[in-house]
Amino acid sequence: MNLVELPLINLSDPNTLPWLIPVGPLLAFFIITLLTNRARWTPATDHAYGGHHPDYEGMDVPIVTDWSRIISITVGLSGVIAALLIAFNLVGQALAIGAGHFGEGEEVFKSSIEWLAAGDSPFRLGVLVDPLTLAMLVMVPIAVLCIFIYSIGYMAHDPRQSRFFALISLFAGAMLTLVVADNLLLLFVGWEVMGVCSYMLIGFWFEKESAYKAAIKAFTVTRVADVVMLLGIAYLYSVAGTLNFREILFDPEKLEMLAGTPAIIFGSWGFSAAGLIGTLLIVGTIGKSAQFPLHVWLPDAMEGPTPVSAMIHAAAMVSAGIYAIIRMYPLFVGAGEVFGAADPHHGIFSQPLLLMAIVGSFTALFSATMAVAQNDVKAVLAYSTISQLGFMMAALGIGAYIAAAFHLITHAFFKALLFMASGSVIHAMEHGEHHVHEHHAHGHGHDNHHAPHGNADVAEEHSIEVHEHPFDPQDMRNMGGLSKKIPVTFYAFLAGGFSLAGFPLITAGFWSKDEILADAWLGTSEGFGPHALVFFMLAIAAFLTAFYTMRQIGLTFWGNARTEEAEHAGLGGPRNIVSITMQLPLIILTFFALFAGFVGVPTDFPILGSIFSPDHNFFHHLVIYTLPHLEVFHPDPPPFNLIPVLTSFAVALGGIWLGWRMYWRKPLLAGQEDPMINILGRTVYTTLQNRYYMDQLYEVMLVRPSKWIAHQVNVLLDKGIIDGFLHFLAHAFTWLGDLMKVLNKWLIDGVGDGIPRGIYNLGGWLRGSQTGRVQQYLLAVLVMVLMIGLFFALTASSAVAVQ
Amino acid sequence: MIDFSIFGIDPLQVLILLPAIGAVVVGAFFRQIWIARIGALAFSLVTMALAIVVFFVYQNNAESVNYGYLMFSQPVPWFEVLGSQAAFGIDGISAAMILLTGILSPLAILVSWEVTDRAPMHLALLLLFEVGSMGVFATTDLMIFFLFYELSLVPMYFLINQWGSPGGRLYASTKFMIYSIGGTLGMLLATQLIGWSSSLATPEMAAQVQGVLPGFEAGMHTYSMQALSVLWPQLSNSVGVSFLGTSIETVKALAFLGFFVAFAIKVPIWPFHTWLPDAHGEAPTAGSMLLAGVMLKLGAYGFIRLVVPLFPDVWISEVFLGMNFATMFAILSMLGIVLGAFAAFGQNDIKRLVAYSSVNHMGFVGMGVAVMALLYGQAWQAAQTGSGTLTADALQTGIIATNGAVMQMFNHGLSAAGMFLLAGGLYHKTHTRDMTQYGGLWVRAPIFGGIFIFTSMASLGLPGLNGFIGEFLVVRGSWPIFTALTAISMVGLLFTGSYILKGIRAVLHGPFNLKWRDYHLELHYNEMWAIAPLMVLMLITGILPNWILLTINGSVTALLNGIG
Repeated sequence: MNLVELPLINLSDPNTLPWLIPVGPLLAFFIITLLTNRARWTPATDHAYGGHHPDYEGMDVPIVTDWSRIISITVGLSGVIAALLIAFNLVGQALAIGAGHFGEGEEVFKSSIEWLAAGDSPFRLGVLVDPLTLAMLVMVPIAVLCIFIYSIGYMAHDPRQSRFFALISLFAGAMLTLVVADNLLLLFVGWEVMGVCSYMLIGFWFEKESAYKAAIKAFTVTRVADVVMLLGIAYLYSVAGTLNFREILFDPEKLEMLAGTPAIIFGSWGFSAAGLIGTLLIVGTIGKSAQFPLHVWLPDAMEGPTPVSAMIHAAAMVSAGIYAIIRMYPLFVGAGEVFGAADPHHGIFSQPLLLMAIVGSFTALFSATMAVAQNDVKAVLAYSTISQLGFMMAALGIGAYIAAAFHLITHAFFKALLFMASGSVIHAMEHGEHHVHEHHAHGHGHDNHHAPHGNADVAEEHSIEVHEHPFDPQDMRNMGGLSKKIPVTFYAFLAGGFSLAGFPLITAGFWSKDEILADAWLGTSEGFGPHALVFFMLAIAAFLTAFYTMRQIGLTFWGNARTEEAEHAGLGGPRNIVSITMQLPLIILTFFALFAGFVGVPTDFPILGSIFSPDHNFFHHLVIYTLPHLEVFHPDPPPFNLIPVLTSFAVALGGIWLGWRMYWRKPLLAGQEDPMINILGRTVYTTLQNRYYMDQLYEVMLVRPSKWIAHQVNVLLDKGIIDGFLHFLAHAFTWLGDLMKVLNKWLIDGVGDGIPRGIYNLGGWLRGSQTGRVQQYLLAVLVMVLMIGLFFALTASSAVAVQ
Repeated sequence: MIDFSIFGIDPLQVLILLPAIGAVVVGAFFRQIWIARIGALAFSLVTMALAIVVFFVYQNNAESVNYGYLMFSQPVPWFEVLGSQAAFGIDGISAAMILLTGILSPLAILVSWEVTDRAPMHLALLLLFEVGSMGVFATTDLMIFFLFYELSLVPMYFLINQWGSPGGRLYASTKFMIYSIGGTLGMLLATQLIGWSSSLATPEMAAQVQGVLPGFEAGMHTYSMQALSVLWPQLSNSVGVSFLGTSIETVKALAFLGFFVAFAIKVPIWPFHTWLPDAHGEAPTAGSMLLAGVMLKLGAYGFIRLVVPLFPDVWISEVFLGMNFATMFAILSMLGIVLGAFAAFGQNDIKRLVAYSSVNHMGFVGMGVAVMALLYGQAWQAAQTGSGTLTADALQTGIIATNGAVMQMFNHGLSAAGMFLLAGGLYHKTHTRDMTQYGGLWVRAPIFGGIFIFTSMASLGLPGLNGFIGEFLVVRGSWPIFTALTAISMVGLLFTGSYILKGIRAVLHGPFNLKWRDYHLELHYNEMWAIAPLMVLMLITGILPNWILLTINGSVTALLNGIG
């Protein structure tokens, strides 16, 4: 009997090749974890343990050895490069089949094994490469490789660098698993493993309170969504009998059945099974892709090292949520009473679609307003990520799943670029800080943190604080003028920023955002409410996006240095390893951030359409074959219309102009307040900066009550009521036992001991009668004779009387 | 029956005898600590090897017995007046449990090398506990089951009472003992009732069990579980029998309650769980490992093996507000999941936190069993009334839920034992269980930190590790049956994450507490050797669960397909 079936991998067979894509990074994780993490024990006060780590007086800490660093980097890179090569090989083979053919019917690469025994129909698990996977297989490995290269420099001085490479390898492996999964369960596996990786990496500097708190927050908030999603998966599995994408989505009977069955709960609210499953799955995405109201974890997630932010915000994690929705898209459409009845292209919406349209467009705008008032260079980007994910979510809500996929890809490139460029800025600022620090007198700084700790007050030492920088190298108000210090980073940032802002025609972001707006406009012009909502909300959000991007770049790079640290910022010379490894990925990604959009230029776009899409819109034509060839999933691309295009132009250029006017023409001076405060008013500005106080709200409404409940369950319920009852029983029985003991003593012992004692006493008393005097004996005899005589007389007389 | 024996003895009996001999030898003859340690380890390792062999022998021969019981020897009369036989046999479910017991015992013994006080006796008690649990899982006779079930209590009591942490051990061991004895009291009565009333079987019924119990005739007594699961449910007043003048329905209700309470205490099902945090918290490391890893499984195994097949009609009878017993059981399980998670979240004592995590995780076992019980009952009733069978979908749901429950038992055995190993080791090194005293230990104990997170994640049910498989299957199985309860259970699953993260945060994160600067916090070698097999199993089970699930699924499918 074959106990476990292992996939048979044949290198020349593209069907089995996808199994190998995640293997490289996963193997790298295990190799680094088990083999290449040797550390040497060094005093914690050594500068190699500096940065984000406290100086523990008189204690040795492990710091990874140099050869472990080198090997872990090598192993990590090899894993990713292996994945990249296999992925590109598959993409090549797929493109050889050709867009429009690949993905049609059975023309996909797939392979599966029996994974989970379940009665007589086992659960099969496998891999699938279809057109949507292709798009991801281009984006993810490139972005991940860039992040890896970047991390070599960024983490070069970290005492736990090999652990970092192990974890991002696992992260990449999980994302690739998710991408090649052919079923929802394997997707969920990758999804959750990524969650754990992000938890570990956000809290990578685990000695810092802000870091581990952010990590716990990220994991907990996404888990809220994940447990709901798990229900959706369980529900889908129980209704459809399978979780395989193609088996469900390409089977009209199954879709029909899912759409026609009333939901097991909430059926009376008009939910069909598909509608409820869809809603449950979308909640999962709301958590993972940081949509309102579960967006709160993402801004805090920047506590991790910057490459991690790039990983979470761009290549993996948040993209996964949107990706999963695109994967399962037919399920959401099939959510009316009858499958296909809901068709957003004809203005008919199902609950999941409406949910996405509303949540997405609201989040896009809501988050853009918060980005406007942030001063942390990474926080602006974090909010922009939430906002951009809102764009995708809204696009999915109105049925523009291809536009969403397109924006997913372009966003990943420019956001990875922006994060790594901001990391480079932070690195440069830290460099400047270090420089300033060294040039100042040695009288302050580290030394006063080294007050000798006596052994007597060990208890107090627990409160040792992480060495926090009094200077914040991430605060944009401390920057200014960096364009001259780090020009490569500046131009890269500018390219990424323009792409994010949707600068017309020459950036990737423009094309994908334009496609979403075009789809939204098409519906709006036909009078569909949700389309109009999406169109107007997104247009405003796009305007704000362009504005805050210009604000960010202006504050960071333009004008003159506002602090001494910014004056000395730099990456330490052009030819050191840090400088090279941190700038090379920026250059690669700049290319994609600008030009990746040309794969999806609409055919009828004036001039450019005929250059880039002479026959058909390449991206559209490729990805559309992810879904079955039915009219509801294969709408024609929206026809060229000036209104959305001009809107795109107007909001992008308008926002850029306004940002330029406020932050570039008159750059902020040292000590000057953000001009925004005057425009918005201090209250609004503070509210925005504090994220509408939602964290505080959750703290009061959710966190504290659950802690209170936890306490009560322990103290009141378990120890109070249940144990109280038991103790009462115990006391009652003990009391009963005591009662028995007393009874024993008085009654049983009393009787038992009493009879002999009575006899004894009687004997004692009788003994008293033995006086030895004859007169007394005779008297006693006389009395007895009289009594006996009386007795006989009485009985005899009574006998006579009876007769 | 297949031909496989160890020097002419049934290997299942060897699994029981070997640790028993070991217990006597180690406890009585080995005075040197090191000899005792190595001796105990050797005995348990040989037992483990045999347990692994037995599991795979079953796996390879399961199809020849259609995933039913595989016997290695003929039953011999043991207590002839009662009709009890020394019968041993395993199916996929018990094979998995034997494997678990076999694997965990040597690891517990390895970890208990930290004990220096009266070490030989400590080790002997651990072996004695293995005797009890092996016996429960290996026997097919109810009487023998009961004996071994009780036997497993005694060593555990002394382990907690004598080697527990100073302070709470007397209270904890007394509570544990009284709770357990209180439960098994009813079970003893129930066992007797069932055994005696088996003589009421009609000749037609007796004919039905000839396959499993040849020579059984009406009027004879039997304690054979297989025969009883056919006979006992069919006894009813409508067959025209009564027991000692009492209606058989009353007898059934009494017997059901007896079993139910005994096993519910052991699992533990909420609200019978309050012995557990005390016992787990105060027990020595090896004791808590075996308590959580093996002992709780005895209760869950009892439900699956006895309470579900013996009382299909009781499970689906209405008791309260129109709910049947199975639904009530599901509600209690849900409460265990949710309140267990909350209680764990509220702890500052690391061992109590892990202990409450057991309440939380075993709640999923309970949930799976509830689904099994309901569907088993319905299928049985349908078969009795001749109104067809369950739909294929419902049957599939029942199979998946039961698979999930058994998987969860196995997986919880691995991860809870691992968690207790780590928590107990930490307590042994720092002499405190107060989590607020830890902090930042990852700095000084990187290997411990990594392993702690790995094990925590397995316990949390991270997909890709073992814990997820059971939880997913149970959720899948219970969703169509107990939809609302499953949905509420998700709150528990959420807080599973919260308390696990709280544990990791308190132990590993934050700045290093310099109080522990001169302590050795890293895992000892024996601890590493003990946790390594667990980690390997967690990973393999998470990635390729079929290595064990295939066998479990076979027996569960056979069980649910063969109702009535």
